[in-house]
Amino acid sequence: MITIENLQKSFGKQAVLKGISLEFARPGITAILGPNGSGKTTLIKSILGMALPEKGRIRFQGKDIRGGWAYRRQIDYLPQIARFPENLTVRELLRMIRDLRGGQPDANRLIRLFALEPYLDKRLGALSGGTRQKANIVQALMYDSPVVILDEPTSGLDPVAMIRLKELLREEKEKGKHILVTTHIMSFVEEMADEVVFLLEGHIHFQGGLKELKEKYNAASLERAIANILQEGKLGFKANGHGAKAARLVLKAL
Amino acid sequence: MFKILKYSFYDLSRSRWIYIYGAFYLLLTASLLWLGGGVSKAIISLMNIILVLVPLIATMFGVMYYYNSREFTELLLAQPIRRSHIFFGQYLGVASSLAISLLLGVGLPFVLYGIFTSPEIWNFSVLLLVGFFLSFIFSAVAFFIALRNENRIKGFGLAILVWLFFAVIYDGLFLLALSLFSDYPLETFAIGASMFNPIDLSRILILLKLDISALMGYTGAVIQKFLGTMMGMACSLGVLLLWAVLPAWGIKRVAVRKDF
Repeated sequence: MITIENLQKSFGKQAVLKGISLEFARPGITAILGPNGSGKTTLIKSILGMALPEKGRIRFQGKDIRGGWAYRRQIDYLPQIARFPENLTVRELLRMIRDLRGGQPDANRLIRLFALEPYLDKRLGALSGGTRQKANIVQALMYDSPVVILDEPTSGLDPVAMIRLKELLREEKEKGKHILVTTHIMSFVEEMADEVVFLLEGHIHFQGGLKELKEKYNAASLERAIANILQEGKLGFKANGHGAKAARLVLKAL
Repeated sequence: MFKILKYSFYDLSRSRWIYIYGAFYLLLTASLLWLGGGVSKAIISLMNIILVLVPLIATMFGVMYYYNSREFTELLLAQPIRRSHIFFGQYLGVASSLAISLLLGVGLPFVLYGIFTSPEIWNFSVLLLVGFFLSFIFSAVAFFIALRNENRIKGFGLAILVWLFFAVIYDGLFLLALSLFSDYPLETFAIGASMFNPIDLSRILILLKLDISALMGYTGAVIQKFLGTMMGMACSLGVLLLWAVLPAWGIKRVAVRKDF
């Protein structure tokens, strides 16, 4: 579905992605993990064509995405920060997305699922962060696209909405979709993900199933496995003398 | 693009500031007409205000709108829409909202005052036309600056500086140059130099139409002398059009290459 070859991207002097090659071929939920600043969002934005890579190639269904835009019709995207034009109401926002993308989305089911009915005619600027995130989820998932990309979908959600979101993602997965999620919540990954991609310092440190990850890093839980990866990274850091501090920072960030 | 334009316009049409902007013109124009005495006097006073205020507000609004809708722009960028269409749509949304506020704010009092039966209608139309041009030119410049600067404070500062340059500093430098080189023939220089400033150009355009030589200033007089009124107007209008197109082209160039 999505193939990434030797993707490189830097912002100014800071190299964020240093040659990433990845393939999302099998349907299911893939969690993209890594400490803050490891390049998760940049990777997602490169797939969406929002960040333009310096080197490397991204193919979507076999076609190079450079300069293209129509392929985005096949992608549902949930951005990390849910900020919309403040003066529009939720209903107008959903109508607008439908207007821009065309097709026949099913928003009503999601509106019911996340109990958004009372907020439909409220201005987006007047909504709380959690409610805005729910509206964000509805706008992202009301389409039936084969690829779903979620950047921190759980932020600001209350426990009920969180359970609903997980149910929804399971349903989507059953339909054979490719779902890419970035998150910092390890229990969410453990419960939902089929595959994990771990980014560290702009490289892919691990790609594979949850079980493999735990086995490879000799850990009983995902959290432990990731701590072990970072410990391993710490040994690598030591060469340049900033090891312990860098590893502490990374652990804190997670 | 028109869909983005529609929603930007829709969003802005609910913004309080657009109404305050319109209401300001409404009050100002009404008081100039009924208290100041006469259409032509009102047009000249309005001209002086519009030439300074329209660029300032368009610059502020353009920069503010761009920075405020950044996250939303990111959402739009993830939709199946061409990049340049998103930014053109937003820019045209801002510029046309401002132009409509101006049209209603200035237009309504003039209509009530009976501009349609007055011989001054063409002068008034040129005033409005210039207001539209300045709204579009300066919101495009503002969008261009905001697109190039991630840092809001820097973007704001730069945009205000550009406005200050065209509205105030440029004239000062221009006068300085004229007095320093007064021994040389300066006609070509004067015409050339005023072409580089959309605010000056607009002033010349209105004054040529009003045909008030006392207010025309050096450049106005030179343009009238060398090109004649009609040709001078056509020329300044053409260059104004160029002024509107150039920053829009810049928006497209920057937008296509930018990372979000």
